[in-house]
Amino acid sequence: MRRLIFLLPALLFLVVAGYFAYSLRPGHDPQLLPSALLDKEAPAFDIPALSGGGRFTLADLKGQPAVVNIFASWCAPCRIEHPLLMRLARVDGVRLFGIAYKDKPEASARFLAELGDPYRSVGVDLEGRTGLDFGVYGVPETYVLDRDGHIRARYVGALTPARIERDLMPLLRKLTAP
Amino acid sequence: MIRLILLALLSLAPAAHAVEPAERLPDPAMEARARVISAELRCVVCQNESIDESRAELARDIRRLVRERLTAGDTNPQAIQAVVARYGDFVLLRPPVKPETYALWFGPAVVLVLGLGGVIVWLRRRPAPAQPVELTDAERARLDAMTRDDDR
Repeated sequence: MRRLIFLLPALLFLVVAGYFAYSLRPGHDPQLLPSALLDKEAPAFDIPALSGGGRFTLADLKGQPAVVNIFASWCAPCRIEHPLLMRLARVDGVRLFGIAYKDKPEASARFLAELGDPYRSVGVDLEGRTGLDFGVYGVPETYVLDRDGHIRARYVGALTPARIERDLMPLLRKLTAP
Repeated sequence: MIRLILLALLSLAPAAHAVEPAERLPDPAMEARARVISAELRCVVCQNESIDESRAELARDIRRLVRERLTAGDTNPQAIQAVVARYGDFVLLRPPVKPETYALWFGPAVVLVLGLGGVIVWLRRRPAPAQPVELTDAERARLDAMTRDDDR
């Protein structure tokens, strides 16, 4: 019985090793933060639309589940994920919106003219105020909103085919189901 | 002496901070409050700096948000809450005490108590050190004989 005490360091080692293994598991980035707004209503915004001279507001997103992609022409990962967004926008029932974060409207327009425009509508967030309200800390970020405008998921960084197929699409299907 | 001079020079150096002149509020008292709040908030881009020290653009945006809230009449906790609502408890450099953070706040104390308990148990179980035994008369006589031999 007394001998068992010698197992204690080994046990401690296993606990610590288990913790490290969990934190270092592939695909896990310790710097990613969960959204503080998860399952809460998206912050209200009313910003100029990139084209057409109208406004882009939270009300435009509501009614049906929506995917909101926060991007900028100056952001390299945004270019990388762009083809995925082009493909995502063609999927039936996906409503994809864009918010151009701290980006001059001319630059955003040129970016979309060059790479294609997957968005139903794009808002111009020149000061980054809407981004701040969403809790954005690095573009690109992608949010999934349900039909009432509640944030149901947030993806920080460029989307990947795996993230879209395993996470975003199943969630969207669940939200779209009546 | 040189050390004293160096210390005096060091104390003259302003604390490192990234607040730009244009960001400062006209009211010095309110600006001081904004600085106190900023020192409590983590910059989410650089993650180990407060927004008061960070030159990241997002840190500047949050500093501006804090100052806006103060100008609008918020108390310090209300202004901090405005940032927490957007970025979560993670932005607080001093995490709040609540069930999710009990392990963080009380874990070290628990480990200390466990360690102390272990030390006490160990000390109690240790056999008492052997007491020095008095020499018998015969032993003393032999010892005397030996030492006398050495002196010769």
